[in-house]
Amino acid sequence: MSILENIAAYWKPEPIMPTPKMNSMPDLTTPSGSATTSAPVELQSASVAETRQLGELLGRLLASGDLILLRGNLGAGKTAFTQGVACGLGITAPVNSPTFTVLKEYAGRLPLYHFDLYRIEGPGELFDLGFEDYFLGAGVSIVEWAERGATDDATAAWPNDWLRVTFTTTGPDTRLLRCDAVGERGRALLAAFACAAEDDQRKAG
Amino acid sequence: MLILGIESSCDETGAAIVADGRIIHSNVVASQASIHEQYGGVVPEVASRHQLSAILPVLETALAEAGATWSDLDGIAVTYGPGLAGSLLVGLTSAKALALARNLPLIGINHLEAHIYANWLRTNDTSASPSTAIAAADGDHQPGDPVFPLLALVISGAHTELVFIPHHGRYELLGQTRDDAAGEAFDKVARILGLGYPGGPAIERAALQRDASIPHAYTMPRAWLPGTYDFSFSGLKTAVLHMAQGAQVGATADGANRYMREGAAAASQGGISVPNLAAAFQESVVDVLATKTLRAAQELGVRQVVLAGGVAANQPLRARLAADLAPLGIALRYPPIAFCTDNAAMIAAAAYFHLRLGERSGFDLDVRPGLQLPFAAVGS
Repeated sequence: MSILENIAAYWKPEPIMPTPKMNSMPDLTTPSGSATTSAPVELQSASVAETRQLGELLGRLLASGDLILLRGNLGAGKTAFTQGVACGLGITAPVNSPTFTVLKEYAGRLPLYHFDLYRIEGPGELFDLGFEDYFLGAGVSIVEWAERGATDDATAAWPNDWLRVTFTTTGPDTRLLRCDAVGERGRALLAAFACAAEDDQRKAG
Repeated sequence: MLILGIESSCDETGAAIVADGRIIHSNVVASQASIHEQYGGVVPEVASRHQLSAILPVLETALAEAGATWSDLDGIAVTYGPGLAGSLLVGLTSAKALALARNLPLIGINHLEAHIYANWLRTNDTSASPSTAIAAADGDHQPGDPVFPLLALVISGAHTELVFIPHHGRYELLGQTRDDAAGEAFDKVARILGLGYPGGPAIERAALQRDASIPHAYTMPRAWLPGTYDFSFSGLKTAVLHMAQGAQVGATADGANRYMREGAAAASQGGISVPNLAAAFQESVVDVLATKTLRAAQELGVRQVVLAGGVAANQPLRARLAADLAPLGIALRYPPIAFCTDNAAMIAAAAYFHLRLGERSGFDLDVRPGLQLPFAAVGS
């Protein structure tokens, strides 16, 4: 396989935002099954430092049981964003890539479960490892390469209430962070995060 | 003292019987490299199922190959962290059951510490660094053992740690990776370049094919993180990705797909030398690892530097470090490759130096997925 074919295969071009099949999804969070998604929020980052800063803003807002899904290619800023989230949770230990171990746990204002599904092939593997125990626990779960844990949203290994950030590489340093959410808590979190990011950008001038 | 070591912290399931922390009587691993190769990486689901079914046969094989019986053993050692909780539990639960049933002392071992103690293991394998007999004032030193104070560079798919060890049982973490581990960077870059898995040997082989007539075709960044012994390889990985794409484009409405497409088109015109790119990447990793290790070795006045973990097999890294350290009279050591990757012999080796001091773990020992070595006060 040539390098170009390989890169093309590796990047697995997909629609940037697949149309969410929200109407057909079982909703575990509301009795009527009326899960709706908020309008996506787009945030721009001009550097790794800005990506980390956005993560920190989100980290300060997180509460017990929150679930954050991260999607994006290699080098798109998922781990940098997670480092910011950890900082916002008051975690002082260095947060590095959990690719090899799949999961790293940290103690902060809340426990942080940092997943990386880079090596995972599908939701069945997550169930097999008992990962739902973490999603239903007292801490905050943040999942890199979230798309590897779900063939589609309805079969995902996690509860149907989350905030998702999709990272798009728009240049060597610039990234687009597209945020959407499902479920009552996920949508509230998205609204709060969007406000915090807007405030922060206004302050930064 | 004959110790049974058990390792199941991540992907590998291993059991080994080692005498006095050095002499290997058996070392069994249920290696899954052939399975992992199919996926371009390790598949945890396969690993966890495999561990459950592999642990008992692996234990029985370790005893049989050593020609030992349960009553010959003086202790049972097991990794209790860091690692994946479910995987660690397979080994720890087995170890507890065996220790209880056979009334043997149980000792929990830090996986990172064990990697370092792979350097105490004896082998006839000539790929290991030549052992040098040096007398030392240590309580349990034999000719051929590493000599304190020493510096350990632990580099693998999960780890990049620089550790100062003044004597047995004391570890001071000088620095570690802030993002990707060194071995993880090798794996991911090998995948970007289509070189296969595992990435370390693949990159090393590809780099040997580099075209020296274009020596400066690719210059890769180095994250020096001044004032620390920390490492960072994420930016390097991203630089390789961008270089492989071959071109820069501005922000576009449809983002990554266009970026990839235009990059690919530009690359096909410019032509990418995979061997040169692999070599430039490897040079960057080796340069940063060697420079920081050398500086720490000088600052702390160590007598030896030991390598541990799978990336210790990298020949350019060994050559560079040996050349840098030799003028200072500091010896470089590294275990044979079988003891660089995850194995149980290293668990038994580390355990010996705890058990001989009377240390024991209780049966309330629990897995510690996030277990770390203590941070050092030194290093600036």
